[in-house]
Amino acid sequence: MKNQQRRRFLQASAASAISASLGGLATTGCATTPAQPPRPIGRVIVIGGGFGGATAAKYLRMWSGGTIEVFLVERNNEFVSCPISNLVLGGTRSIGELTRGYQGLREHGIQVLNDEVTAIDADKNLVKFRTKFADMGYDRLIVSPGVDFMFDQVEGLTAEAQKTVLHAWKAGPDTVALRRQLEAMPDGGTYVLSIPRAPYRCPPGPYERASQVAFYFKQAKPRSKVLILDANEDVTSKGPLFKAAWRDLYGGIVEYRNNSEVKGVDSRASTVRTDFDTIKADVLNVLPPMRAGDIARTTGLITTNNRWCGVDWLSMESTVRKGIHVLGDATLAAPAMPKSGHMANQHGKLAAAAVVELMNGRQPSAAPMVANTCYSFVSDKEVIHVSSVHQYDAAQKTFVTVPGSGGVSTQRSELEGFYAAAWARNIWSDMLS
Amino acid sequence: MNAKFYLLACLAIATTSTPAWGQIADPNLGRNMAANCANCHGTNGMSVGGTAALAGQSRESLIKALTEFREGKRPATIMHQLSKGYSDEQIALIAAYLSTQKSK
Repeated sequence: MKNQQRRRFLQASAASAISASLGGLATTGCATTPAQPPRPIGRVIVIGGGFGGATAAKYLRMWSGGTIEVFLVERNNEFVSCPISNLVLGGTRSIGELTRGYQGLREHGIQVLNDEVTAIDADKNLVKFRTKFADMGYDRLIVSPGVDFMFDQVEGLTAEAQKTVLHAWKAGPDTVALRRQLEAMPDGGTYVLSIPRAPYRCPPGPYERASQVAFYFKQAKPRSKVLILDANEDVTSKGPLFKAAWRDLYGGIVEYRNNSEVKGVDSRASTVRTDFDTIKADVLNVLPPMRAGDIARTTGLITTNNRWCGVDWLSMESTVRKGIHVLGDATLAAPAMPKSGHMANQHGKLAAAAVVELMNGRQPSAAPMVANTCYSFVSDKEVIHVSSVHQYDAAQKTFVTVPGSGGVSTQRSELEGFYAAAWARNIWSDMLS
Repeated sequence: MNAKFYLLACLAIATTSTPAWGQIADPNLGRNMAANCANCHGTNGMSVGGTAALAGQSRESLIKALTEFREGKRPATIMHQLSKGYSDEQIALIAAYLSTQKSK
């Protein structure tokens, strides 16, 4: 015990020194800090600086009054938002406009570690890093790993094929690369977007993407086509609103095919295969089936269908690993709960509130509420939304939607375009500033 | 939470006959539910633009606005749908919390 405490103190000091040298705010063991900060009641490591993890880290600091020491591990230097990134494909936003730094979180006293966790030792409460940092202990761990892709479910989607057949379902360099493919495509070409069976990250996202590519084609190469191959029976979110936009705005450009699961790709021939057809594309954009991120899998947090992590919805604590909380897209969703950045933010707050209570020897709230709002741009300015409010149901031990709440837009509008842009600014600020 | 509004929040719980959240008052309930507003209206209701700043508005005006949204008496694109997710008591707790937040 004594040795363990000593080891953890040394780890904390080392990490603080590194963080301080990188310009971060050290919370412990920093000789240059004149005033002694409050003695921490414990340490939380958060893995993943996306909508879930960044929000959890910030709210842990806020709601614990700075008494919980928080380390946020993120392998990317900067945050790039998936929401709004389809507009980069449409050509009306740049990737830089969706990119934010982690400095705001450092100002909350969070130690942001630019590294990757390669392993979690759940028995010893220890994480291991890929490059810069020594093994580090924690009192509680928050894992917000997002999704990774099941490439082996699409025949021919090898590592080599993935160099040209992009998913671009994590915003960043791939988003820009897909935009370049669209720019290089000749007028009269076909862009094929394949959508996996639900659940996948961001239910309306693929349909927004199809709309954005159609918007670009309409301006720049109007003889071109957008072909949507959807493994699902119908558009999985805001169906009538998307279909109205395709009909009214992009007639002759967008073609939608349901029950058309892509089973294989041939990257050299630039074709995809469904049960019925082999289809040639000029730009091929295949969204493979998804599951919880790799670190959740290697830690044994996945509980369902080899894909998703079951959680206790009162605390977001894993149903199989005590002391480890899982957030966001990686979770086995409650009924009608979407895998969205907005929902991940809500998970982050729920987990932060619960962890503060647990680390103070109290019980988490018995009545959490979460809400969701997803805006989709069907053109450069016009937007549609879906919203929902979810309350915890003690009898079912899960979230259920509040009867009568939520819904979709009555019609697409520029007013909602204004609110969608405001949503983005506010949620980025809520998680990172 | 400011003591006065904490008392109001407790009162709101005490005066309802069938509290949806169980028997024991949870002092963080208003804070936690108000955090649902932050995604669009900024942390603690301090909007960074494009949506109404909720921080520091009076408790009464917040309750009035949310109730009118819920009843369809106030024009909305989305708030009529979201406000229907919350009971009178929950709206009172959210309003009590946001009204005590600094607007700058």
